[in-house]
Amino acid sequence: MSQEAATVQTDIHEEHHEELNFLHKYILPTDHKIIAMQYIFTGMIMAIIGGYFAYAFRMQLAFPGELVPFYGLVGPGEYNMLVTNHGTIMIFWVAMPVLIAGFGNYIIPLMIGCDDMVFPRLNRLSYQIFLVSALVLILSFFVKGGGFGGAWTSYPPLSSAAEYSLTDWGSSLWVLAVALEFVSFLLGGINFITTTMNARAPGMKMMDIPIAVWFIVLAVILFMASVGPLIAGAVMLFMDQRIGTTFFLPSGGGDPLLWQHLFWFFGHPEVYVVLLPTLGIVADIITVFARKKLFGYRTVLYTAFATGGLSFVVWAHHQFIAGIDPRMANVFVVTTVLISIPLAEMMFSYIATLYGGSIEFKTPMLWALSFLAAFLIGGVTGIYLGASALDVYFHDSYFVLAHFHYTFFPITIIGMFAAITYWFPKMFGRMMNETLGKIHFWGTFIPFNCIFLPLFFLGLAGQHRRIYNYNHFPDLATQELQDIRVFATASLVVMLFFQLIFIYNFFVSMFKGEKAPNNPWKANSLEWSIPSPPPHGNFKTLPTVYRGPYEYSAPGRDLDYWPQNEPPEKS
Amino acid sequence: MSMRGPIATHRSATGIPTGRLGTWWLLASEIFIFGGLIACFILFKLNGTPGFEDASLTSVTAGAINTFVLLTSSLSVVLAHAAIEKGDREKSFKYIWYTIGFGLVFLIIKTYEYTGKIIHGHTITDNLFWSFYYTMTGLHALHVIGGMVIMALISFDIRKGYNFQRVELIGIYWHFVDLVWIFLFPLFYIANF
Amino acid sequence: MSETHEHPNYVKIWYWLLVLLAISVAGPMLEVPALTLITAFGIAIIKSFLVAANYMHLKFEKKIIWLLLILALCLLGVFFFGTAPDIMMTEGDQWIDCIADKSCIEQRL
Repeated sequence: MSQEAATVQTDIHEEHHEELNFLHKYILPTDHKIIAMQYIFTGMIMAIIGGYFAYAFRMQLAFPGELVPFYGLVGPGEYNMLVTNHGTIMIFWVAMPVLIAGFGNYIIPLMIGCDDMVFPRLNRLSYQIFLVSALVLILSFFVKGGGFGGAWTSYPPLSSAAEYSLTDWGSSLWVLAVALEFVSFLLGGINFITTTMNARAPGMKMMDIPIAVWFIVLAVILFMASVGPLIAGAVMLFMDQRIGTTFFLPSGGGDPLLWQHLFWFFGHPEVYVVLLPTLGIVADIITVFARKKLFGYRTVLYTAFATGGLSFVVWAHHQFIAGIDPRMANVFVVTTVLISIPLAEMMFSYIATLYGGSIEFKTPMLWALSFLAAFLIGGVTGIYLGASALDVYFHDSYFVLAHFHYTFFPITIIGMFAAITYWFPKMFGRMMNETLGKIHFWGTFIPFNCIFLPLFFLGLAGQHRRIYNYNHFPDLATQELQDIRVFATASLVVMLFFQLIFIYNFFVSMFKGEKAPNNPWKANSLEWSIPSPPPHGNFKTLPTVYRGPYEYSAPGRDLDYWPQNEPPEKS
Repeated sequence: MSMRGPIATHRSATGIPTGRLGTWWLLASEIFIFGGLIACFILFKLNGTPGFEDASLTSVTAGAINTFVLLTSSLSVVLAHAAIEKGDREKSFKYIWYTIGFGLVFLIIKTYEYTGKIIHGHTITDNLFWSFYYTMTGLHALHVIGGMVIMALISFDIRKGYNFQRVELIGIYWHFVDLVWIFLFPLFYIANF
Repeated sequence: MSETHEHPNYVKIWYWLLVLLAISVAGPMLEVPALTLITAFGIAIIKSFLVAANYMHLKFEKKIIWLLLILALCLLGVFFFGTAPDIMMTEGDQWIDCIADKSCIEQRL
């Protein structure tokens, strides 16, 4: 049977290399690499929109009521819309498409050694649905009444009726966009999981899969398992808004708390959905640039399983002050604090990987290390919030805001830059400029800390989130606090300015950069064994795998790396 | 059976054909969508939310006939799969169209039920029970329609002689739609206490 | 592509399903709520098991699919029991019984 299948396979392979016209290659591609680029570029455009929103509302906070350059006056409703859509865009239209769909699409078939995703046309469909969802979201900013302003959590009753939200179609289009986005990632996710389960190169056992692939797949599984109830919830919310049902309205027997449960049953695993791909990418990067085997491959993997499992039983820590049953709050405090154990263990594994390695501070490594440092702060501050007693004070304050930006910024932005700088040579066949890359790194990382560290202190001082103008609160309108706000906003502007360097570096390197060799970083995994950029169909002859992905500095070998597909020497 | 698409599609490290594995993952995600709705419904029902006594107004006869129709359609689609395994394309084609026919009967009975309820003033906004009733049976009906369309497309493919494995896949999906109805039936029609 | 295995007798399973359907319809006629619960949902579970095992060929499927489905149902259970205390405990909703009387709500706030 296997031999027969092998002959059939070569037949297909031959016909697979026909030249494609422009339309089928770039507009309606089934090649996973092109679809990955589509996701990454769409995500980056959405990131620019999200960043622009952040700029507008931070300027309003620093200089309340004044004209914002390049934006205009920020009204109260508009402020809510900006905050809401900044959060929504950054999580659903930046973190997920770039990290999971984009890099997942790019690296999964390459790293497991096959020529494409198992369902190429499903892959294309999922991108098209994603694109529609992004367009629907953008459309929602321009309808009568403006974009939705009920926060990315969209709690009813505020979100469930136009008379409360004042954005009749804005909120409905928002729900629709989010639901479409979920459907898109469900379809994409099925593809990722099935590909990794079924299409691995011969010889690649479960424990030979690179951690980046493992974690992206785990993330997708978490997503699939958590999003279902929220899709149901989104349907219910949409019907509340448009048809007038009362699923979430107490006046008709419904229960607004139910939405919170549906939302956070998804929302908390979602944090790990976006975290895991970055953790995986970082694991691959630090092993390459420390020239060391990953410390405890299995430990890292099992801690990820534990994190994933626990992430389903912690959701109510977002609702401690929502009037949930106090006995349940007890349970959720325990599980919330428990989840820091596997994550801490994973962090120690990463640090142990660095210990004694010969570390090269190339740009991807800088991003990876800064991710570990910044995420550590985010994780540690989370422990305070997990305790229900402290949460009563901290909830919805800037402390929470700073905490989750210290997790989400490293995950999304730093993770994205780490991945882009690491795989850029493979994706475009050219090297990025190291000097510009380092300037961009420091110009992003330092201002990032300057934005969000001060916000912890604002939160401790009692500053509440989602407030348009603090001048109406005498305790919060003091000069000292206002100075902190101005400082944070100024840091944001500096950080946004440094992104121009990245954009310049990205596009100039894409066309004019130094030609990249097949394996510029001397890494082991399969994608580095083929030309950069990989041709259509990826591998000339599909590889066979002989060892795990992290065999760096193996004793008794001349080279300090050992590609996964290099046959063992016969002795 | 002709083989198309990338090599990846024809690999099978788990021993389960790729299409079937993908279908199972799809169904797993569907379990959460329907399961989430059912969980919400049960929560409200056990809570004694006003309006849920209206479950006695739904027609057990119509529901039972629909259950019968769906169960029978499940049988016909599995027979279509059995036929195609033996290579009998015409028989399989016939059974697939029987299944589509049963799906149509199901939808007609459903429409008749909806009409009757709406005439009596039990619209989707009447109370929470009817909201759930129309949302869940509506979502289920959408799945039925989707399944029928896909089945029609597949039936012509297999008559031409390719993609035989898809009969099994649409069958698995169709059985899942049947399973959902098996749970909706007692929830909406029988359990009125 | 599909592996060869003994087919269950599909028509026989169908007969069983119809018998179970008849029982679940007849159940409420005894007018014992506890029994109705069993005939309604117990039988739904048996029916779904019959369909899944025989028609969907879960009998012959690899263990991993079972694991997947059982995990899915377990997580739904987690969701249900995590949410139930909030949605089903009505003692806290003090305004439910005085929704019309505004002063009553203010007093309880």
